[in-house]
Amino acid sequence: MNSTKNNLKALVFFLGPAMLAIFVFFFIPVVSAFVISFTDFDIYSLGNFANARFIGLRNYTQLFEDPLFWIALRNTFFFVILAGPLSVTVSLFAALLLNTKLVKFKGIFRLTYFMPVVTTLIAVAIVWRFIYHPRFGLLNYLLAFFHVNPVDWLGDPFWAMPAIVLMSVWKNFGYNMIIFIAGLNNIPSDLYEAATIEGASWWQQFKAITLPMLIPTTLFISLITMIGYFQLFAEPYIMTQGGPLNKTLSIVQYMYQEGFRWWNMGYSSAIAFVLFFIIFLGSVMQTLIQKKLKHT
Amino acid sequence: MKNLSSRIANRPRFVKQINTDFINLWRSVSSVKSACYFLFLIFFLSLSCNKKNSSQTEISFWAMGAEGEFVQKLVPEFERQNPGLKVKVQMVPWTAAQEKLVTAFASDNSPDVYQLGNTWVPQFSALGAIENLDAWIQKSLTIKREKYFEGIWDTNVLDGKVYGIPWYVDTRILFYRKDVLAKAGYNVPPKTWEELYDCSKKIKAKLPAEKYPIYIPTNEWAPFVIFGLQANAKLLKNNNSYGNFQSKEFQYAFTYLINLIKQDLAPLSASQVTNIYQAFAGEYLNMYISGPWNINEFKKWMTGDLADKWMTAPLPNMSGVKYPGVSLAGGSSLVMSGHSKKKELAWKFIEYLSTPKVQVELYHLINDLPAVKDAWEDASLKDDIYLKAFYDQFQNVVATPKIPEWEQIVFSKLQQYAEYSARGVMTVDEAMKAMDQDVNKILEKRRWMLERNNK
Repeated sequence: MNSTKNNLKALVFFLGPAMLAIFVFFFIPVVSAFVISFTDFDIYSLGNFANARFIGLRNYTQLFEDPLFWIALRNTFFFVILAGPLSVTVSLFAALLLNTKLVKFKGIFRLTYFMPVVTTLIAVAIVWRFIYHPRFGLLNYLLAFFHVNPVDWLGDPFWAMPAIVLMSVWKNFGYNMIIFIAGLNNIPSDLYEAATIEGASWWQQFKAITLPMLIPTTLFISLITMIGYFQLFAEPYIMTQGGPLNKTLSIVQYMYQEGFRWWNMGYSSAIAFVLFFIIFLGSVMQTLIQKKLKHT
Repeated sequence: MKNLSSRIANRPRFVKQINTDFINLWRSVSSVKSACYFLFLIFFLSLSCNKKNSSQTEISFWAMGAEGEFVQKLVPEFERQNPGLKVKVQMVPWTAAQEKLVTAFASDNSPDVYQLGNTWVPQFSALGAIENLDAWIQKSLTIKREKYFEGIWDTNVLDGKVYGIPWYVDTRILFYRKDVLAKAGYNVPPKTWEELYDCSKKIKAKLPAEKYPIYIPTNEWAPFVIFGLQANAKLLKNNNSYGNFQSKEFQYAFTYLINLIKQDLAPLSASQVTNIYQAFAGEYLNMYISGPWNINEFKKWMTGDLADKWMTAPLPNMSGVKYPGVSLAGGSSLVMSGHSKKKELAWKFIEYLSTPKVQVELYHLINDLPAVKDAWEDASLKDDIYLKAFYDQFQNVVATPKIPEWEQIVFSKLQQYAEYSARGVMTVDEAMKAMDQDVNKILEKRRWMLERNNK
């Protein structure tokens, strides 16, 4: 009896502060945002709450009729579908290269590849704007050697999003690479030794040992990459402000604009919850796939 | 405030944050994390308790960007003239200014005096954040309506009540390459729309294909609105509660500008022009409708042979109407928080910043053009050849519709449809129809409020 009481005390003592903080800084804001998403809370309402109306589901119905929302949604999916797998593949490739015994000075390479991850995005964006510049840019300069006509990377509606994808992948792959390297180091080396004795080629070893052993790591990486990429914001915000022709407008950017630029808090909250729902679905799907793969 | 500024600082790291949260194994981290949260909470609470203790003779003043950086230098003289008074200047970056000011108001922490872009005055008055200054002006010896440019003063007047005092002013005029225009036969800059078009055509004929006579970027709404106003368009109707961009007048002006882009007289994509001054120096662009903030930049870039090759001129107008054509009344105003407990002192500071002498000093510090007409008598302004066009233009400036939604209408919608039209995704007719639909949606709340107030 006494021990449960003590346990309870300890529980309150240890968990209390964290629970309080989570309640104040997470639970209350989320619930109030949810409530706000059913109102037309805006700049008029900030000054006087009487100016806010409870409008039920109108924000949500309006959202589904809003062409900009669909554009933003399409752009975000385009980004996730293109940049996600690309980012994971590049990370895996880089990790494999760094993990071979032939590479000298691994530390230097690892540092170099990881550098973009820790560099401020603003600095990266400035450099990449020069790389993408239609007249003076490095990329067009290089392409000129192959007789490719100059492309206005960030100004062309077709190329703007791929340009953002390229930059994001370059900036982020180092992070996943580190996790992949850790995953690779966890594969017991006797598996490879046994395979070598059996006479398996490098490719056979890769297919039969490396890839299957990396499945948990890969799933984890693709999950966090997906969640992160769905929240695409800073890259287009700095590089293109959503243009040209709204081709790089992302959901989070649209939400930010509506909320903090135009103070349509109600509408903006509705966008946030739709995004939450999409990411939630995506995560559930990935978890289901993970479970299935584990069982086979 | 703390909470907000840290959130702003973190914004570019959105993506990364999620990753780090995940990867640092939850269990080991959460204890450290909760401790941090807790410390933050205590810190936050103690911060908010401290706030009210500032002395009764200190007023707080928030200014944006360069003003925030340099206005400090004007403070010592004020403090010398008013012994015992102190002014605490807080600099706020322009990009975060609106967000910070609104949040400060929401948490009842507004500064006593602050700078507001004059298009923001309607928003903050709608919020109920700023003081009606009529009574103060009536008593004042320094601040009188007739001392200011009419169009500029008017931006601060809502329903006949004054909410801000113009601090510095700006407007849009024409920057141009004298030599290039002269080669096209224009020794004086174009005075009508027809001349502007003709001049552009002639310049284009003399230039290689990748160079352009004029720059009308679709991510700057001002020229579209200015030309609309020159064509006598009423931008909004029914007490500013419906869009009126489909009007014959606005469509005429809009088409005129879009055609400049479509006929390759102006570049299509803004990303081609990373540095407008360099482009000017290289004759890539030869005319640009912009504001006084560019004068110094032009001086900096157009050096040596180029130093006397550029000039400013008031805006052209439709033919048969008086020159110069109308332009926008821009600039910043000084406003007083309605919640301030030191209004007397706050007003004193506003008066100080509005004296001609201090206005000239501000011009010398950061080249902000004085709002007070007397200050323009100073030689440094009067004798500047580039400023003459501005002085002339200020005689004919008007305010944009004074409603809180205006910024959203032009920044998010007008610019978007200008781009759609310029790129040929939509015809001007389609674009303006969609524009009005969007604007009507934005103004729905305003209509509701007007109707409720009428009851």
